[in-house]
Amino acid sequence: MSSVKGSSWFTVPVLAAGLAFLYLPILVLVVSSFNDSRLVTVWGGWSLRWYASLLDNAALLDAAWVSIRIAAVSATAATVLGTLAALALSRAGRFRGRTAFAGMVYAPLVMPEVITGLSLLLLFVAIGAERGFWTIAIAHTTLTLCFVTVVVQSRLLTFDRSLEEAAMDLGCPPLKTLLTITLPLIFPAIAAGWMLAFTLSLDDVVLATFASGPGATTLPMRIYSEVRLGVKPEINAISTVMIAIAALAIAAASLFGKLHRIGRQTRRG
Amino acid sequence: MSEAPQAGRRRPRPERHLPGSRLLVVIPALWLIVFFLVPFFIVGKISLSQTVIAQPPYLPVFDLAAGFEQLKQDLASLSLDAYGLIASDTLYLFSYFKSVQVALIATAILLCIGFPIAYAIARAPRGWQPVLFMLVVLPFWTSFLIRIYAWMNILQRDGLLNQALLALGIVDTPPAWLASDTAVMIGLVYSYLPFMVLPIYATLERMDETLLEAAADLGAPRWKAFWLVTLPLARPGIVAGMLLCFIPILGEFVIPDLLGSSETAMIGQVLWTEFFSNKDWPVASALAVVLLALLLWPILLYQRAQIRAAEGPR
Repeated sequence: MSSVKGSSWFTVPVLAAGLAFLYLPILVLVVSSFNDSRLVTVWGGWSLRWYASLLDNAALLDAAWVSIRIAAVSATAATVLGTLAALALSRAGRFRGRTAFAGMVYAPLVMPEVITGLSLLLLFVAIGAERGFWTIAIAHTTLTLCFVTVVVQSRLLTFDRSLEEAAMDLGCPPLKTLLTITLPLIFPAIAAGWMLAFTLSLDDVVLATFASGPGATTLPMRIYSEVRLGVKPEINAISTVMIAIAALAIAAASLFGKLHRIGRQTRRG
Repeated sequence: MSEAPQAGRRRPRPERHLPGSRLLVVIPALWLIVFFLVPFFIVGKISLSQTVIAQPPYLPVFDLAAGFEQLKQDLASLSLDAYGLIASDTLYLFSYFKSVQVALIATAILLCIGFPIAYAIARAPRGWQPVLFMLVVLPFWTSFLIRIYAWMNILQRDGLLNQALLALGIVDTPPAWLASDTAVMIGLVYSYLPFMVLPIYATLERMDETLLEAAADLGAPRWKAFWLVTLPLARPGIVAGMLLCFIPILGEFVIPDLLGSSETAMIGQVLWTEFFSNKDWPVASALAVVLLALLLWPILLYQRAQIRAAEGPR
């Protein structure tokens, strides 16, 4: 076993280099957000002034609030639709049009965003929908529901089917089996899917730009238009805030997952 | 209907499914048809229209209420002008060519970096693997825009990279990294790395270790065991990773727009400009249709791989 496994001369340097490549840029960004100097490339000592000036930037805060609401709405819709799709793909057996359905679920995952964005906008124009909050939410739901499906489906495939079968053999009606056996078992995956959808929505700039109207500007759209003009200390600060939120969410999710596992184990034991 | 029980008898034990669960398909399927499938047909239709200065900026606008005669006239006025323009202007062709080139090179680099990382994680002690895996996937959860922006910080003329190069005496005059193909490549590799590592690690992790032990017992040197056992078994993951990177990179907009130069635009940028700056919706739509045609085969391949991976061995 160890002769095959332990090749630390390869493992350690590769992982160290890979992780450094992934994390150094983020670290640089976080550190420079505390730079007192207006010139982003000259170190002027530690300071929180850019965070303070964020609070005065009403446009940025408005955009952040719009983004959070869109992300919450679209993540919830995507979680419902994506979970239904995952259940259909892994529990409905073989139905007609299954391959086409699966293909349609997976395609948005890789479809270049400019294509999805353009086609959605043209749809909204064709049906005369007023563009803004809801059109962005629809666009994000369409994009993120397939991510939810993939996450939930992988959980549905790994858990013990005999629990469902036992319930049904004992006369539990299908809907009740779904609600009392299946859903609680896949709940961690559903929660993870929601969070992933929320994050992706909060992050998207291309679909939002296509789907939005004059009324709604999301945070990434705002950041994007600023960033196009160059590096700015305020953007460093808002980026760091967003990274911190993501880090907290991940910590919470892993803690939640751990508690869930412990709870299951104690119940079983 | 009458076939169902018969089919059940023929197979030893048919997959038990929750009765009524087929109804679950209807809602997500409807959503995807309306907001994903139908829009493509609209793009196709508008790519055949003419540009006009109006709202919406294309003709004809089909109006079923205007009657059959009008509809016939509208249908007759559809044309391939937008496609003719794309085919005749080398700028568009060059952008397609450039996008394919960039996507191919980026995917190759991603494979060269991503595979060793995935392999190293799979070789790490069991207890460490989930942690290492999380660490690789984690950046994916932070904003992609911000990660590109982080590189703008580093790559700008008096940024950290040039400061380091100057301090080490590697260069005398700071080179301009931003607005170059190198910067685009760095941004692409950085952003898509998790998409390459993830599927490869997933296949390597499932691999049966005893196969390698058997190879070793039979006298195969390590490199040979790697070449004959590990690589073929990792193939589905490698293919999935390459497709997951290649397809979106081909239409990428944000990364080349922020890190690249405006002179050598990728097709995503050209489409964006045609749509938002030039307000030429038919040409933008035609560009999207051609891009989609280029991607059709990779996307079908990817869907097949994804369906197979999601269903697992039956």
